[in-house]
Amino acid sequence: MAAVMTAPVGRALSAYDEDVVRLFTLATVFWGVVGFLVGVVIAFQLAYPVLNLDLEWTSFGRLRPLHTSAVVFAFGGNALLGTSLYVVQRTCRTSLFGGPLLASFLFWGYQLFIVLAATGYVMGVTQSREYAEPEWYVDLWLTVVWVTYLVIFMGTLLKRKEPHIYVANWFYLAFIITIAMLHIVNNLAVPVTFFGIKSYSLFAGVQDALTQWWYGHNAVGFFLTAGFLGMMYYFVPKQANRPVYSYRLSIIHFWALIFLYIWAGPHHLHYTALPDWAQVLGMTFSIMLWMPSWGGMINGLMTLSGAWDKLRTDPVLRFLVVSVAFYGMSTFEGPLMSIRQVNALSHYTDWTIGHVHSGALGWVAFVSFGAVYYLVPRLWQAQRLYSLRLVEWHFWIATLGIVLYITAMWVSGIMQGLMWRSYDSLGFLQYSFVETVAAMHPYYVIRAFGGVLFLSGALIMVYNLIRTMRREIRVEEEPGRVMAGPVPAPAE
Amino acid sequence: MATVERDEVTGVDTTGHEWDGIKELNNPLPKWWLYVFYASIAFSVLWWILFPAWPSSTGYTPGLLGSNQRLELDTRLAEARAAQAVFLERIAAADAAEVAADPELLQFALAGGERHFKDNCAGCHGLGGAGQLHYPTLADDAWIWGGSLDSIQQTIRHGIRNEDDPDARFGIMPAFGADEILSREEIAGVVQYVLALGGQDHDAALAATGQETYELNCAACHGEDGKGIRDLGAPNLTDAVWLYGNTPEEIAAQISRPQHGVMPAWQGRLPEEVITMLTVYVHNLGGGE
Repeated sequence: MAAVMTAPVGRALSAYDEDVVRLFTLATVFWGVVGFLVGVVIAFQLAYPVLNLDLEWTSFGRLRPLHTSAVVFAFGGNALLGTSLYVVQRTCRTSLFGGPLLASFLFWGYQLFIVLAATGYVMGVTQSREYAEPEWYVDLWLTVVWVTYLVIFMGTLLKRKEPHIYVANWFYLAFIITIAMLHIVNNLAVPVTFFGIKSYSLFAGVQDALTQWWYGHNAVGFFLTAGFLGMMYYFVPKQANRPVYSYRLSIIHFWALIFLYIWAGPHHLHYTALPDWAQVLGMTFSIMLWMPSWGGMINGLMTLSGAWDKLRTDPVLRFLVVSVAFYGMSTFEGPLMSIRQVNALSHYTDWTIGHVHSGALGWVAFVSFGAVYYLVPRLWQAQRLYSLRLVEWHFWIATLGIVLYITAMWVSGIMQGLMWRSYDSLGFLQYSFVETVAAMHPYYVIRAFGGVLFLSGALIMVYNLIRTMRREIRVEEEPGRVMAGPVPAPAE
Repeated sequence: MATVERDEVTGVDTTGHEWDGIKELNNPLPKWWLYVFYASIAFSVLWWILFPAWPSSTGYTPGLLGSNQRLELDTRLAEARAAQAVFLERIAAADAAEVAADPELLQFALAGGERHFKDNCAGCHGLGGAGQLHYPTLADDAWIWGGSLDSIQQTIRHGIRNEDDPDARFGIMPAFGADEILSREEIAGVVQYVLALGGQDHDAALAATGQETYELNCAACHGEDGKGIRDLGAPNLTDAVWLYGNTPEEIAAQISRPQHGVMPAWQGRLPEEVITMLTVYVHNLGGGE
């Protein structure tokens, strides 16, 4: 395996600030497990409501934002911050702007944001904006932290020793700048009292809804898509040891993606008080977004030209490549669901939940797993990962979990949508809401089981990484050897 | 400085850039990708021509086909209402017995009643009136307040033991234990006698002592024979239907400190024709008299 051969050279690495990357990597894994665990808990709560425990702190309504924020901002966010600081140093051949002190402020500041947000949710402190639940004082703190991030990243780009800026950094930068803008605008609010925690949004009614979904959709677009494309553009070519497929495609799809994504938010508000014209614009921009999104998939997959055989022997590369495949699937499903006539069926159903999770589990989490598996041996100066076999186990268990999850949600979502709209011949609705809930039950159980598999895979990863950090190596047969057939004897 | 190389595997030139060992091939945009991208743009432009799309200072481009979700919704709701209005008007003009006697109206009322039952009643009485502990089953022939169309309609209209409707059905059982009307021993005897009335396993000796207590304290409402008195809402104790449970402990608890269910009044909340449909539906669940 080529990737393993390039053992880190102790001295050369010290030119880069890696302490902060190590911290972010640890935080990624830690929050990932927390986020998946809470996800499993709330999945079981939906199947068995008694698990709400009749306590306000453990009710679904409070744990759900804990889950979404833990996986998106804590797991995904730490992965993005960590990898971006790693990638920007290496592709600019320079250390971080601001040095280790500013970087460690960024790390601890971001963790403080996570803890403030998470404890607030459990205590019932929320401004009730999806994916932007933290109240004003947490928002202000995150703004300070995020501007620090921008300064570090931008400063590092400016002092780069390479003539050009690598495509991964374009995506990371777009992610950082746009998230700053989204965060500030969507959280404009007036606190009710000077020292109180409650605030009210500056916007009202449908303008409030549109601002929220302009934010919400672009959190998907710039946090979960652009940011992770940055990750993909570094780790896929590195792990495959192949050049990126097309420079021109990367330019065109980058600018098209950045330009088009920002308009697509209104598709979250089809058939609401939002004016028809805004709905049509949201839908058409989502459809135009299809190919720009797929540009990233093509560049990711085609980078493997001439290296496809590595998929058999390298489970880390398999995580990265399958993540790109899930990315392609989700970014086809998204424009499809944005079509108003499709949305009439899919909206408010579990189909949406399935769609989000094919992106979150399949794309975001898998590309992060791939990156973490790539990073840990290098950051901890281990010769290679403790066990590639365990990476394989992680891969297959997690993949099975995702398949169970998203197929259960497709079936239950479409069934739910059909049940809601079914009338009898006399013009009466055929099913009451509670009947549709009862019909969901088996799929909720399957989904929760899928979540258990995904969590189990992550725990295997934790074990593997801990052994790797101790620089231990498991003696085992190389993955893919059995299928590779007899190895020809070397010539004398 | 950057030098363009030829990639051995694909035979394509690189761009000459290199970052941390990563190079880029100079492949053109995939043709199919470009054409589908163009097609999605063309589709969008077409959509903008057909439907409302772009805002201006005074309004928005209406589109050739136009679209107005609010008007569409109003139209479709009006159509749906008109389709049902024929039946609903006739039901509003009739009483429950007339609706039940007319096959066409009956069919409509059963469908409509089921719909409204699911939305308003099933939360307590269960889907199909299956009932649950503390909430009477409506699909059997054990009626606390009566199972005729008129009785059912009266119950739905005014409810039971609520504070909102002066005509609500009202019946309260004294707290024989909590208010020290009966001693523990007397209650223990009544429990055995009630078990005997219901044909359950019981202590015959205790039941015999309980019979006297029953006749003095309970028979006024539940009847000498224990078959209950509907005007008072006193349930039949001789059948197998037990609203608050049939174990000795549960019966003792109910005698000692009785629970009383409350049902809201639906008159004023639901239109009269809906109450009529619900009446016919509940009557038809299996136990109508």
